[in-house]
Amino acid sequence: MAELKTHTFDAVIVGAGGAGLMAALYASKSANVAVISKLYPTRSHTGAAQGGVGAALGNAEEDKWEWHAYDTVKGSDYLADQDAVDVMCKDAIDTIIELEHMGLPFDRFPSGKISQRRFGGHTNNETGKPVQRACHAADRTGHMILQTLYQQCIKHDVNFFDEYHVVDLIRVDDTVRGIVAIEIATGDYHIFHAKAVLFATGGWGRCWEVTSNAHSLTGDGTAVCLRRGVPLEDMEFFQFHPTGIFRLGILITEGVRGEGGVLINNEGERFMERYAPSIKDLASRDVVSRAIYLEIQAGRGINGKNYVHLDVRPETVNYYLEQAGESRRIDREYIESKLPDIADFTRTYLGVDPVSEPMPIQPTAHYAMGGIPTDADGRVRANEADGIVQGLYAAGEAACVSVHGANRLGTNSLLDLVVFGKRSGMHMAAYCQKAELLPLPENPAAEVMAEFERIRNGSGGIKPTDLRSRMQKSMTKNVGVFRTAELIQEAVNDLKELREQYDRNIQIDDKGNQFNTDLLEAWELGCLLELAEVTAVSALARTESRGGHAREDFPKRDDVNWLKHTFCYRETDGQYRLAYRPVTLGRYEPKERVY
Amino acid sequence: MQVQLRIRRFNPETDNKPRWGEYTVNDVNPTDSVLDVLHRVKWEQDGTLTLRRSCAHGVCGSDAMRINGANMLACKTLVSRIAKPGSDQAKIQVEPILGLRVIKDLVVDMDPFFDHYRSVLPYFVNDNVPADGREFLQSPEDRARFDDTTKCILCAACTTSCPSFWANEKYVGPAAIVQAHRFIFDSRDQAAEERLKVVGDSFGVWRCRTNFNCTNACPREIEVTRAIAEVKVVLARGEI
Repeated sequence: MAELKTHTFDAVIVGAGGAGLMAALYASKSANVAVISKLYPTRSHTGAAQGGVGAALGNAEEDKWEWHAYDTVKGSDYLADQDAVDVMCKDAIDTIIELEHMGLPFDRFPSGKISQRRFGGHTNNETGKPVQRACHAADRTGHMILQTLYQQCIKHDVNFFDEYHVVDLIRVDDTVRGIVAIEIATGDYHIFHAKAVLFATGGWGRCWEVTSNAHSLTGDGTAVCLRRGVPLEDMEFFQFHPTGIFRLGILITEGVRGEGGVLINNEGERFMERYAPSIKDLASRDVVSRAIYLEIQAGRGINGKNYVHLDVRPETVNYYLEQAGESRRIDREYIESKLPDIADFTRTYLGVDPVSEPMPIQPTAHYAMGGIPTDADGRVRANEADGIVQGLYAAGEAACVSVHGANRLGTNSLLDLVVFGKRSGMHMAAYCQKAELLPLPENPAAEVMAEFERIRNGSGGIKPTDLRSRMQKSMTKNVGVFRTAELIQEAVNDLKELREQYDRNIQIDDKGNQFNTDLLEAWELGCLLELAEVTAVSALARTESRGGHAREDFPKRDDVNWLKHTFCYRETDGQYRLAYRPVTLGRYEPKERVY
Repeated sequence: MQVQLRIRRFNPETDNKPRWGEYTVNDVNPTDSVLDVLHRVKWEQDGTLTLRRSCAHGVCGSDAMRINGANMLACKTLVSRIAKPGSDQAKIQVEPILGLRVIKDLVVDMDPFFDHYRSVLPYFVNDNVPADGREFLQSPEDRARFDDTTKCILCAACTTSCPSFWANEKYVGPAAIVQAHRFIFDSRDQAAEERLKVVGDSFGVWRCRTNFNCTNACPREIEVTRAIAEVKVVLARGEI
């Protein structure tokens, strides 16, 4: 029988990716902190981020944080909260320098300064031309951030609980008391009693069939918060990255286009010239994903199939550079040094050498703009008004500040992690100085333990894999790049039925305690099903098109009725309730979005 | 195509010693990875099969295992690479990586591996930040000096393929030396001396017998043996 153990800390950080580790570094300066992760920290998906992290350092050319802020707001289709965007873009500069001082091995310009390159949607606001803002380390910037932060955590003796899976939040009214976790190796339950809890558990791309996300990205922290009464913000906005490897979904960084790569259809046409005449292939991701989808719909996919080509062959890139009147030229060595991992991925998984052949790509489910609602210090909102859950924090992809609004710009996710991870960590440390350790309620683990016993002993004969694959197919077909009321309703119906099956008939093989990943995967599926449902319910209600939420039946943005954030609650009877919160505007008035 | 899988199984709650499990998986696409095939077994045939995995494209380092006798990442090894050309069948044998205690099936205890990692001071040391508040300057050439060893994902494929590590688990191992190399050759870092003390002791680089297993095993194509040799040269010469 599994045991139950109790630990006490000032603060608990759930998740050890970029946001969790950055928060840990700051919170542990004064507080007694535990970092709990279901993976070894270096397995976190921050490590898969490729192209760069945005900051207006101006190392290559003139740049200003205000330009970065405008680009972010425009990219968000005006749904981002502009006060939070200002914080992020302003803090970006010092935070990137701070990462460099932690030893992060950025690529360098000949001047010795951090190297920067172009990325989608980042512009010089005066000329409208792309600007070099993405600080990068080859095409493994996320790997370097994750490694560097983990290294610094070791240097500063941060407490890690590796391979502990957090499965519940202990909340009493509007305060938190800690979390419940399962030690994966033994199956024992652990209660972490704490003054403050931060969720930095990443996204939930595994709701979809083709995704760039790791298998472990099942939105656990976000689902746990939802179950404990926290509303989820803007869940209908999920980003489909334009360039995933065909069928596999593995990400091909936007940095490929930043270095000069172009998208080509079956007629050999660089079609983005039609959709975004000014910055073409470097338009925002939602714009490019829709363009690819429309090209395929019009029969201009390569060989009539559901993909187009991403072409970074030197002869192609140099041709378009010459056309644009630029003096820069690239060659094989340049691609090998700037995009080595991409070249490795396509060679390994496709047998395609990007130096000599174009890459087959299609949009891939990539990033959750929505999530646990927070303010700019990571404090979790209790409702659509200004209520706060005392001691509860969220940061990174799991959270919604909101700085990404309806569509996130490339390089802003790594930035979000480090800026808001740091701010949350600092705020949490200060909170722990003055807050009392509130008592645990009676049997705080009983409810989630009962749920695990239900899954372990279920005998309905339905395998988790069947439900997962039906969910992924339905979400891909119905809540993808383009949506209609009819399609979304179909997903809502499918998901309701799948959740009933999950609640009644799920059956697993592994009945043991030790390293029971069969059991934990089944529980993760429950998280995905709920987040998929919240996504669909939120999407059905929003009768407009904005950023990543494109409704064929409501093709225009509607600022009169929809310039507001969705807040979706899960009621005690399992039904969902929607409420709305106004967007915080600022310097930038909403206007038509043209690239 | 059809894949015949032979998987080394061990359930600590029911088995006294490891055993072999045999599985047939049909309709495998040659471009599927070994991880895809293992998932087919776990999800469709036997949910008790236990392994670690996360990113599924070779960057997180979770799923290093011994595949047909050599260490590889299951997610980065395509069935087509193992099958005989033209054949519609493949035989794949999968075992946990060697030299670390098996917890369950393909899952091993990684703690000793991470203890070695921690022993080399795997973090940047230099508190004298530039007075202008900006980044340390570093030339592209100085940055290139340690580029190869920044690629390490700590998957343990190298260390657990090393006969010297199998012979003595106190050997710090290739992965930890790769990490030491990444900092020793970083022109900005100031703790090379301390690190060289760790990797220069009797359980450090001199245990390396240069048999290149580590380099062959590395899924990130790091020239591990070369990195170890560079550290040896620094120790022998007494200067970087």
